Amino acid sequence: MSTNSMSRMTPYMFLAPAAGFMIVGLLYPIGYMIYASFLDWNPSQLIGEADFIGLRNYTSLLGDESFRESLTVTLKFSSIVVVTEMLIGVGLALLLDRNIRGISVLRTIFILPMMIAPIVVGLMWRYMYHPSVGVFNRILKDWGFEPIPWLSDSGWALASIIIADIWQWTPFIFILALAALQSLPRSALEASRIDGASGWQQIIHIKLPLMLPVLIVTGLLRLIDSFKVLEVILVMTNGGPGLSTEIMSLRISRTASEFRELGVAAAMSNYLLLLLLTLTIIMFVYNKIIDAREASVRQAVEEG
Amino acid sequence: MHSTNERQNPAFYALLAALVVMSIAPIYLMLSTSFRLNVDVMSETSSLLFFPTLQNYETVLCNVLWYQLDHVDYCDPSFGRALGNSLIIALISTGITLVTGCMAAYALVRFRFMGRGTMSMTTLMMRMVPPAVLLVPVFGIWTFQYQLDGTYAGIIMVYVAMNLPFVIWILQSFIVQIPIQLEEAARIDGANAFQVFFLIVLPVIKPGLAAASIFTFRIAWNEFLIANALLDRNTRTVPVTIVNSLTEYDINWGVIMATGMLLAIPPIIFTFVASKQIITGMTAGAVKG
Repeated sequence: MSTNSMSRMTPYMFLAPAAGFMIVGLLYPIGYMIYASFLDWNPSQLIGEADFIGLRNYTSLLGDESFRESLTVTLKFSSIVVVTEMLIGVGLALLLDRNIRGISVLRTIFILPMMIAPIVVGLMWRYMYHPSVGVFNRILKDWGFEPIPWLSDSGWALASIIIADIWQWTPFIFILALAALQSLPRSALEASRIDGASGWQQIIHIKLPLMLPVLIVTGLLRLIDSFKVLEVILVMTNGGPGLSTEIMSLRISRTASEFRELGVAAAMSNYLLLLLLTLTIIMFVYNKIIDAREASVRQAVEEG
Repeated sequence: MHSTNERQNPAFYALLAALVVMSIAPIYLMLSTSFRLNVDVMSETSSLLFFPTLQNYETVLCNVLWYQLDHVDYCDPSFGRALGNSLIIALISTGITLVTGCMAAYALVRFRFMGRGTMSMTTLMMRMVPPAVLLVPVFGIWTFQYQLDGTYAGIIMVYVAMNLPFVIWILQSFIVQIPIQLEEAARIDGANAFQVFFLIVLPVIKPGLAAASIFTFRIAWNEFLIANALLDRNTRTVPVTIVNSLTEYDINWGVIMATGMLLAIPPIIFTFVASKQIITGMTAGAVKG
């Protein structure tokens, strides 16, 4: 082999192992799933023995009450969670953007909830929500209030899992927002201060607009991740009571393992994937637009 | 700007303290419950006064302890075994992901070649795939085609594939920052691409590698859904055993919290040792996507 063709092969040699794993472990399974979603297939059959039923899985899902219910629950959960976490996280970042001694210790403490296993987070909250030994109801009782059926009432259950998710993921938004704030150009802030802008005016007219690109990406990342939440809810409520907390991921896993309808579960996975794909594409396009705009600004500066 | 001895509002410190308490309290509750016997947990009055005991941890780890326990009638070996399984699976998959991931990230950043655009686009897209979506196909393929169900190799393969997109994505942002002159100088001195990569690039991106390995380890160590579908009695990981023991009607909170604590300890240690790298990794993605 000549050195020239050798160097042309180099990038592929670097890529090959990762590409191999991703093809065997991700791309092929996803293709397989798309194929399986057109089948009437249960786990005791080989995939070759399953009947091809076209789009029937998809159409029957659209008419399925419990699927629509779980779609609503998922959308409700994700939107409430993302909006609340963005508000609290960004608000805290604006409040705490000062020179604090020991900020690194604080940040370490704030990322703990994200690093701990979701299963364990679910356990902790299930324990705290426990009707008799849980800390919330004990406090309520001590103060003379009625205990709240946190996880056993279908109205409260969704609120309870939302609270747990806010506890776990607000720090993520907070840390990213704080990083964005601290990388803002100091000159713009100084200039506005000299012009006599108040703290609020600075936040609304300077800080938030400058942070916006990062905030939008952060929000989208969090939104995508909120569709992946599964274990916390599985441990806390297992989708119940009724279907009140059964998000899509949970519904997929139950359809596959309890109802043993792999084809339907695959079709459901595809719906979820389409939803996430749309979000990812939005994020991607948004990033491209921002990059393009930055590039044109830079060019204008260089020319002028 | 800010002077270093600037006085802050007391309300500001109160807010900080409240935030710290809020993030730690649930973890503290779990820790303190894990030191209590079930009678203490259940009793109406006990809140702060109780006699801390290690019995729950002994119950959980009964088969790996070197001494005999008096308070355990029947030793359930499932947890001790699961702990070993979890360690093996998480460590090996982290290792493989890291090696293959940083090679791929390097190629995507430093070389111009056919298929580069497709490859980096695919990687980006794959980041969003939730584990639940992989459940059905992985179950079908791993059981019927690869025949890897219930093996370490099978689950490690899933975790490596699942983590690679994210690892490649993080490491790219670290490799871009290396001054190209460094590599060019090495090239001029006669190093080939692989020498440049292993001797120049890898040492420089150590913080990135630390961040990436923590994220990968965390996913492999914490994952439940696919492990539950693929693994059998002997290869089960800790999250699966925890969920299985939860389905029982009468929950022994002390023991389950001790189990949870053992599952939580490695990530907590990582957080304290490498919080800076973790935060850099987290922000690298969003602040410059």
